[in-house]
Amino acid sequence: MTANTTVSIQSVTKRFGDFVALNNVSLNIQDNEFFTLLGPSGCGKTTLLRTIAGFEDVTSGSILLQGKDIAGLPPNERPVNTVFQQYALFPHMNVTENVMFGLQRLGISNKEINQRTSEVLELVQLTEFTKRLPSQLSGGQQQRVALARALAPRPKVLLLDEPLSALDLKLRQAVRLELQQIQHETGITFIFVTHDQEEALTMSDRIAVIAGGKLQQVGSPQEIYESPENKFVADFIGETNLIEVSVTDVSDESAGCTLPSGVDFQCQAAHGAKVGLGHLSVRPERVSLVSSDSGLLQGTVSRHIYLGTDMHVEVTMSDREIVTVRVQNSVDNHVPAIGDNVGLNFETNAARLLVD
Amino acid sequence: MAGNFSGKTKANNSIYAGSGTWLMMPSWLMIGFFLLIPVGIMLVYSFLTKEFRGGVIWEFSLAAYDQFFFYRGLFGDEPPTIEWTYIGIFWRSIWQAGLATILCLLIGFPTAWFIATRGGKNRAIWLFLITIPYWVNLLIRTISMKFLIRDNGPFNEFLLSLGVINEPIHMINTNFAVQLGLFYSYLPFMVLPIYASVERYNFSLSEAAADLYATQWVTLQKVILPVVKPGIIAGCILVFIPSLGAFLAPDLLGGAKNFMIGSLIEEQFKGNAGNWPFGAAASMILLSMVLVALLYYAREQSKSEAG
Repeated sequence: MTANTTVSIQSVTKRFGDFVALNNVSLNIQDNEFFTLLGPSGCGKTTLLRTIAGFEDVTSGSILLQGKDIAGLPPNERPVNTVFQQYALFPHMNVTENVMFGLQRLGISNKEINQRTSEVLELVQLTEFTKRLPSQLSGGQQQRVALARALAPRPKVLLLDEPLSALDLKLRQAVRLELQQIQHETGITFIFVTHDQEEALTMSDRIAVIAGGKLQQVGSPQEIYESPENKFVADFIGETNLIEVSVTDVSDESAGCTLPSGVDFQCQAAHGAKVGLGHLSVRPERVSLVSSDSGLLQGTVSRHIYLGTDMHVEVTMSDREIVTVRVQNSVDNHVPAIGDNVGLNFETNAARLLVD
Repeated sequence: MAGNFSGKTKANNSIYAGSGTWLMMPSWLMIGFFLLIPVGIMLVYSFLTKEFRGGVIWEFSLAAYDQFFFYRGLFGDEPPTIEWTYIGIFWRSIWQAGLATILCLLIGFPTAWFIATRGGKNRAIWLFLITIPYWVNLLIRTISMKFLIRDNGPFNEFLLSLGVINEPIHMINTNFAVQLGLFYSYLPFMVLPIYASVERYNFSLSEAAADLYATQWVTLQKVILPVVKPGIIAGCILVFIPSLGAFLAPDLLGGAKNFMIGSLIEEQFKGNAGNWPFGAAASMILLSMVLVALLYYAREQSKSEAG
């Protein structure tokens, strides 16, 4: 933990009966950071968010907000605010009243309440709808009200629980950019929960990947995508080919291994990779198709999957494993036909030996 | 853009809802025959002359209303003064019914909250328990209550045997006994509508309130109560109106001194001492009071929704 750490989660474990929702999770989130908790549903990311908000207590461990332990405080005494997944707007209050709700509990003057309310409503571009009830707004507008309501008290940390999941694709993409901009303008630390890896990669300063209640990896979007530590992260973030190899030697950041084709290959290695049986992760866009008498691996084209701008070519190898190759759909790109024998090639820096 | 984007298909614009007109026909017929016609008859009777052995003489008269409101009569030789007897009975009825409504709300709201927050199977059991009293006729239940709370009844015997009291608490034929009877009879009418609205309550609203620094007390006042208000109001109407016209509890538990409107009206149509036009007039006065109260509520409601 350093001086500019906003939230420090220290060895937090949360059990619901026999079920372990969070298993010894430790994390430091910095000032002004857009931090994302990413994982499949049921992985514990929402539980972690709810322990920070105060809706769940922790079984063990502590949560520090700017150095002060808040684990024992009820939600109304924590200087954090939440944007709920289904927004949880007060149905009997109009937009202004919803936004003012938190401000009215802060003990500030009416003048300041009104001023701050109109400020945030302007920030989220809702000034025309102030007298509407939530039921008279579209999903996107409701989402903005929820955001404005949570921002108005100027929390130290804003918690966002899958706030975009109820919006349609176009709107979601627009709101992503807006959220980033608002985070920049306000300088508030955002902790954002999502199961959508694309959302996480495009918006975050740093991402924590969570699975089975355990922290899998923490890093920048680039680190997470390009240098996954383990099989789960490599597989969950984007698409990847996992190629089974036998590892012969492991040094600091690289390893030597033997590919299924018998070719010896030097690759990058994740921390903690071991000699023996291992998995090599190679992204489909980093594999190139070459003639069948060259390349590191050989196989037969078994399927084409059309993706619009790209095409996935699935190549079945002699051991029946499938390697996917991403090919751009451009005019001069020759795509081998189904049944063609091809060779596959990739660079040393494109392949990473993972911790199983 | 105006309109509702909540994405749900409203019943009134789905083809599966049907036109609805025919669905209401049986209700309209029932209401027409058994409510509007009798009320019309009562209205007419209240302006007729009384026949001494019950019944009416078909001759227009304001005597019934005159008797209700004025001592010595509005049309007599001496100057009229207000007759307080019947207004007093009305006042006591409103007061008793109001108190019963408040007590039912104070006890019924936590009960409804408790039931609505149980898990699926337990909830069904609790709801079932609430309806059990209805297996027994109200008359029988009221008589049992009379038996239980009389001076030498089980309740007093029990307290005496414990030594908590030295002589029996006198409860029968008091306002307290009437109140007890009303409260007991109408409590489920408060619990069920409140249960229905709490059951639909989205508890993330309470989380949102707590997240925005509201204490539990503020959350109850500013969020929970306003959101479940329709259930509370339905419950209050369902308790207050029947309590106002109740006659079993005041008759059996209150005795002659603790008359309520219901008993007063009942008397007028029973035996030879009856006065049908007077009973009809008292009914019409009660009916118009209830109507005024409901119309006022409806107007306030539409005002607050528009605002």
